[in-house]
Amino acid sequence: MTSRDAILDRIRAALAAAPEPEPVVRDYRVAHVPVDDHAAVVDLLAGNLADYRAHVHRCTEPELPGLLARLLADHGSRSVAVPPGLPASWLAQADGVERVPDDAEAPLTAQRLDGVDSVVTGCRLAIAETGTLVLDAGPGQGRRVLTLVPDHHVCVVDTARQVVASLPQALPRLDPTRPLTWISGPSATSDIELDRVEGVHGPRTLDVVLLA
Amino acid sequence: MSSAYLGMPAFPQAAKAATQDARLRANLRRATHTIRDKRARAVGELDDWAALREAGRRIKDQTLRHLDVYLLQLEERVTSAGGTVHWAADAAEANRIVAELVRATGESEVVKVKSMATQEIGLNEALAEAGVTAYETDLAELIVQLGDDLPSHILVPAIHRNRGEIRDIFVERMARWGRPAPEGLTDRPADLAEAARLHLREKFLRAKVAVSGANFMIAETGTLVVVESEGNGRMCLTLPQTLISVVGIEKVLPTWQDLEVFLQFLPRSSTAERMNPYTTMWTGLGPGGAADGDGPRAFHLVLLDNGRTDTLADEIGRQVLRCIRCSACLNVCPVYERAGGHAYGSPYPGPIGAVLTPQLRGTGSEVDASLPFASSLCGACYEVCPVAIDIPEVLVHLREQVAAQPGHAAERAAMRAATWLFEHPAALAAAERTASATRALHPRTLPLGPAGAWTQARDLPRLPAEPFRTWWKRHRAEPPAAPQSTGTSQPPTTPQPPTTPESTP
Repeated sequence: MTSRDAILDRIRAALAAAPEPEPVVRDYRVAHVPVDDHAAVVDLLAGNLADYRAHVHRCTEPELPGLLARLLADHGSRSVAVPPGLPASWLAQADGVERVPDDAEAPLTAQRLDGVDSVVTGCRLAIAETGTLVLDAGPGQGRRVLTLVPDHHVCVVDTARQVVASLPQALPRLDPTRPLTWISGPSATSDIELDRVEGVHGPRTLDVVLLA
Repeated sequence: MSSAYLGMPAFPQAAKAATQDARLRANLRRATHTIRDKRARAVGELDDWAALREAGRRIKDQTLRHLDVYLLQLEERVTSAGGTVHWAADAAEANRIVAELVRATGESEVVKVKSMATQEIGLNEALAEAGVTAYETDLAELIVQLGDDLPSHILVPAIHRNRGEIRDIFVERMARWGRPAPEGLTDRPADLAEAARLHLREKFLRAKVAVSGANFMIAETGTLVVVESEGNGRMCLTLPQTLISVVGIEKVLPTWQDLEVFLQFLPRSSTAERMNPYTTMWTGLGPGGAADGDGPRAFHLVLLDNGRTDTLADEIGRQVLRCIRCSACLNVCPVYERAGGHAYGSPYPGPIGAVLTPQLRGTGSEVDASLPFASSLCGACYEVCPVAIDIPEVLVHLREQVAAQPGHAAERAAMRAATWLFEHPAALAAAERTASATRALHPRTLPLGPAGAWTQARDLPRLPAEPFRTWWKRHRAEPPAAPQSTGTSQPPTTPQPPTTPESTP
């Protein structure tokens, strides 16, 4: 008998006399804030992101290239990884910063990315109650390695279309077959005396741009 | 479990040694008090916590009741998404499967994401015997590994080490494992984290094989979920070409939607955060298969039994399989705070360890027989448990089992554990204070669910503190050998109807 069959048999034997448990009742909240007040939901996202040490910026579409250029300059970045599908206009004003594009024909290695200062991406959606960005490796986000190895991640959120209030609102909008990365503030650890330190292995600086 | 724990002394002896270590106690006390206050605030933000907890409990109970169905569904989905599923009946088989998978890649080292399941099976030691070096990449696990130490907390395995000790370990040991600690390393946590970043980065960048566990597996989609903070998980799950995940069979959840419950309460219960910094979810090899260049080109899932089906067969004990390893119960436990994690003799310390380890391993050894007695039954663990595991109920049940065992080793273990508790009045007083605060939360009848059937046929186990104390007083009046020789040894905590006024709300 294979271990697979043995384990399944043992499970069935263990449960032979077990009663049927009560059905699942989902009477918890769909959200903890009024979901129709979109401005308040975006404010909550901003507040929760900042609470976990992300740097939050707000701008309009025309202001975006200037803001991104400034964020890269402020970080002292000389190179920026560019995922496929990132709107070309976003980095139009980042003068003097080397663009390091990732594409299927010539994928960047982790070693190469280790020498890149920053990465700019969009996201799939953002969750206000938990201050979470979700990336699904779609257009403008790229492979997971892009937002992992460089030490500075700038993530742009389209607040009109990409912000939800809560987890119960977020999950139906995500495709589980895609690789998903949930990001709630920069890399952190509390492993030393439970003292929170930002920045271990992931990007130590997380800039979030809330695009109006 | 891990061979590293073989030969550990029974709880009372190990606890005695731990309580004499003033630095350990100070470290533990500071850490557990900090986190428990933060947890209370994070939980307080959600006014529907009770509804989430009830939903989480019922989801887990439904899953366990139909575990075979969900595992088969999971296997089908993972396989159709390009992954390979292996089944391991015990630790030896799981270790053998992983070692063979690593050997097939031709590699001699792996990077590891912190995983309770791989600690439970002693994977690192087994890989070492197979000539494979496993590098732990979680900061606390790194501290433990470099220090040739054992983890003492589920979430913060190096909780027993303070910053000065960690600095010394880094300075003395990092060079043996790879990049040495930076010159002039201080004991500032930020500098220590930077040293770990530098030390591990070269390992991440060259690693070809990673080993992980998983917090959740979704049956309907075949998705695995790893929740973490530092980014070491993302590194291991993203960069290597081969990913091997070893996961206990009880970690499956039926639906994608179920994550909306568990991802709300796991981070709040565990690190006291609204959400942990990073969560990675992947389904097999992803939509592009091995060709999309995003993540590993080969994915193996090793489903681990190792005592879980035995636990499932116990109608009271099976609720322990709801556990999501958040460690909230450790941080509120007066006994854990004083005894430390090592006293529990397994990777699962604290209240959850006292009910999980004896079920996974049995109560044949003295340490495992003593574990159900490593508690004052104050109930604080049950109160904070996000999936409502009635740990005191299971403790009482396991005490019955130990007491019914032939031979006297178990009884001696119980006596010593009880004596330890009563020699530490602070632990007991803290327990009693907590008990008085939490008794109102204890249900008058047993919680609903699988235990419901049990209550129909039996009386409630009696509630905290008083019966245990009575038992101890009775035994203190006689020499420990007396009950054995007269054949009147009673289970220390035979279920009885609650009789003390304070035991009912």
